[in-house]
Parts: sequence; structure tokens; C-alpha cells
Amino acid sequence: MLDVGELRKEFQPLSGQPVVALGSVSFRVGSGQFVSIVGPSGCGKSTLLQCIAGLSRPSAGRVLLHGREVTGPPEGLILLFQEYNKSLMAWRSVLRNVRFGLENRAGMSRVEMDAEARRYLELVGLTGFEAHYPWELSGGMQQRVAIARALVRRPEVMLMDEPFGSLDALTRIELEDALLRLWESLRATILFVTHDIEEAVYLSDRVYVLSCRPAQVIEEIEVKLERPRSQLATREDPRFIQARHHIFELISKEMAKG
Amino acid sequence: MTGAMNWWGSRWSGFGFLLLLVLLWEAAGRYGWVHKLFFPPATTILASFFQIVASGEVLGHVGVSIWRAGLGYGLAALVAITLGVLMGYWRVVYESLEIVVELLRAIPPPAVIPVAIVFLGIGDQMKVFIILFSCAFPILVNTMDGVRSVDPVLVRTARTFGLGQGALLWKVVLPAASPFIMTGLRIALAIALILVVISEMVGATSGIGYFILDAQRSFRIPQMYAGMLVLALLGYALNRCFLVADARLMAWHKGLTARQR
Repeated sequence: MLDVGELRKEFQPLSGQPVVALGSVSFRVGSGQFVSIVGPSGCGKSTLLQCIAGLSRPSAGRVLLHGREVTGPPEGLILLFQEYNKSLMAWRSVLRNVRFGLENRAGMSRVEMDAEARRYLELVGLTGFEAHYPWELSGGMQQRVAIARALVRRPEVMLMDEPFGSLDALTRIELEDALLRLWESLRATILFVTHDIEEAVYLSDRVYVLSCRPAQVIEEIEVKLERPRSQLATREDPRFIQARHHIFELISKEMAKG
Repeated sequence: MTGAMNWWGSRWSGFGFLLLLVLLWEAAGRYGWVHKLFFPPATTILASFFQIVASGEVLGHVGVSIWRAGLGYGLAALVAITLGVLMGYWRVVYESLEIVVELLRAIPPPAVIPVAIVFLGIGDQMKVFIILFSCAFPILVNTMDGVRSVDPVLVRTARTFGLGQGALLWKVVLPAASPFIMTGLRIALAIALILVVISEMVGATSGIGYFILDAQRSFRIPQMYAGMLVLALLGYALNRCFLVADARLMAWHKGLTARQR
């Protein structure tokens, strides 16, 4: 359903040669899949997501969603950022933040929006926090609010830009499992960017490994681990360890080059 | 109840000092330390104050001044917030208007009064215009800064939720910039009071500024001081009202910054 074809992105700095962030990136994400992208830091992962989300125009190549070219932010696709403290609206309560996800939908009354927002807050385990402001909550809870706000729109595709990157290890584990449960029950499609190799393998059906700048896909790894996954059993599975080992070597080699 | 107690409790030393100054003033006038005609004793001024308030004489003037200041201030807020959002958000608008704004802003507003008189006469229009002119710049500049400080992540988030430019400005950029806008509005409030008085001293037959000048010219010195006392109380009351409104509207921002500290 999501087709990224030979995507290239250059930036022109104030002086000097143009910087090529994305060389030629191509991959596909099928409906209902959980796909991750890993790569060395600074390789242009965020740029890639911005292009896919229609927030930034690629210099060449294209992004197709259901066969239609993405030229601006498409309906049915949401980009979730790592910086929950910046992406949430500090002047709105938790409930009103989630309701924001529905406010530009035609034909929904405020009561219906609030009911829907409450339902999704329950799904992410935040019932009872509706009236709080986001900044009154912990980082993990704030990112849950952001996830609820994205999911309440029932997006077909959710792009996630290192969403758990600034959380502590335990909160991170908790949110990984919460995300997997939501993904399974809502049958969404997720494209997940991370620099954490284990996280990518643990969550995904497939992992794309990016090279150093200018980024391109250097390998595609199918993860054939059973679902539902478990933090202990899955991570101790020889196939998990093998995949992690392989991706780690690929990225180490890249980083040695860059 | 306890709130009011705390308010007095934390301010008794302040009121004590105020009382001391009033007593000194009283003594200075009464015992001839200063010229009694120019510095009438505090009690004389207070008597005059109660007389002009009770007779309703000053209330009419205050009402007119508040109306002029309020209209100028309100129009300034409307124009300056709109322009500030556009200038802060779109670089082209900023680049086209910046030099003109900076030049106009550099003119001390009283210097515009003669021009305003030429075009608008000495009536209310001139005064409202002068207040509008002087209040607009602090609001404009602060709004612009506020809009520029809105985090790109927030704007991108709103765009990914499919918001168009109008909704983006109204629902995201404006509230995110509102703490800055409130700062501009607060500065402008003081300026509005200054300029309403100045413009009423230049050409007017009503308003608190006219009242004070008229009292001085006709040698009703206690009334002149009483008029100033009216202004002090008015300014204080307006500022308190503003602070109360600010505390309510910007509760989220105060909570947020308290967390970040």
C-alpha cells in the first residue's frame, strides 16, 4: 500500500555543495505490516519520514500511497514524533489533545468526538487522566497521549519517528508492548524508525537497514518470529539473536565507512 | 477568605510605608515645610478626591478616558495580533513590512499627535488613533516573536493531522504564541493609559487628562492632585484585572514553566 520509489533529497546549505541526505531509497510496506527502518545516526531517517508524510518535497523519486502520489500530507497517514513534549498542545487538556485528532473531521459532533477520544485514552491506558495537562504527566504517558491522538483518526498508516527514543528503558519496554497490542487490535500499518536494533527486530515483520549519508537501503531482513511477542522469550530466541547480530554488523560496517 | 487574609498579611508592611508617606505629606503641608498652595496637605487632597468622586464630576471624565483608551487598545490588539501572526509566520510578509514597522515604531507616539490633529481634528478620532498607534507596536513585536518561537514539531504535527493554513494559525500557532501576546498586551495597557492622558492634554474638553490640566490652569491645585490619585487607582485596578485574567487564561503556561524550572 505504501510504495517508496528511488527517493532522493538534497539540501542546499547557505554556502557550499548541496548535501545529499537521501541517495535513492526504495522500499514497500504492505497493508497491516509492521516495518522498521534502522540506520546509523544522522543518515536521514527523519528526512525520509518527512518526505513520506508529505511535509517535505523529495528532490527526485516518489511516494505512492494506494497508488496515488503523495504531494502533501495525505489523509489516512499520521506522523508521530519523538518529541512528545513539543508535539502535544500544552494549553489543551489530555482529552482535548486527543480530540484534536478528530476536530477537522466533518460530520462529528463534539460529544461524539469526546466519546471517541475517551475510548482511545482507555486503549492506551490513560483513563482518569482526561482533565490533566500533558506536562503534568510522565514522558511515557505523554507519548501515550500522542499515540491516542494519532490513532483516534484511525489512520491506515502510522509513521513513527523514534517515538520511544527519549524514554527510559523500562517505560520503553512497556510502550513497545502497548504499541504491539494496539497494532494487532486496530490492524494499522506502521512504519517505525529507530536507531535501536533490538527494538526494530522485536517489533517488526520486516526491517530495512539504511546506509550512511546519502542513505539507501542496503538490506531487507524478514523477521519470522511468532506473535504475540514476549520481551523475554522473543528476545532469547536464536532467530532474534541472529537477526540482531546481522543488522549490528551491517550498521557497524556502515559507521566505520562514514 | 483565607486568600484575602494572605493578601493583606503579605502586604501590611507595604501599606505601612504608604501610610508613612501620606503622614509625611500631611505634615509637610500643615507645618509649612513646603509651599502650602502647591503641596496641599494629604487630607485636603483626599477631601477633594471624595468630593469630585461623590459629585460624579470625575466619573464622567474617567468614563470618557476609559472609552477612548479601550477602543484604541482593542483596535490595536486586533490589528497588531493579526499582522504579527502573518509577519511571524510568513517570511515574505516580514521582509516586506519590517523596515516600515521599524521606522514607524521608532517615532515617539506624542510626535504623531500634530499629524493626527491635522487629519483627524482634536476629537475622539485623533485620541483613539494615537492610542492605537502607540499600543500596536509592543503587541505586534511580541506576537511576531511568539509566532517565531512556535516549535516546528508542533506545526508539522498539525499539518500531518491535515490542518489547512487557516486552522493551523488559529488553533495551533495563535495559542502557542499566546504567552508572548499577553506580554505585549500588558505593556500596551500601560502605554494606552499614558497616551490617553497626553492626548487629552493636547486638545480636549473631557477626559481625566483634561481634568488634571484644567484644574492646574484654574488653580484648583487639590483637584489636580486628586485627579492624579484617580489615575493611580485606575492604573492599579486595570493592571490587577489584567493579572487576574492572565492567571486564568495562561494557567497552563504558568504550570508548564513551573515544571520546567
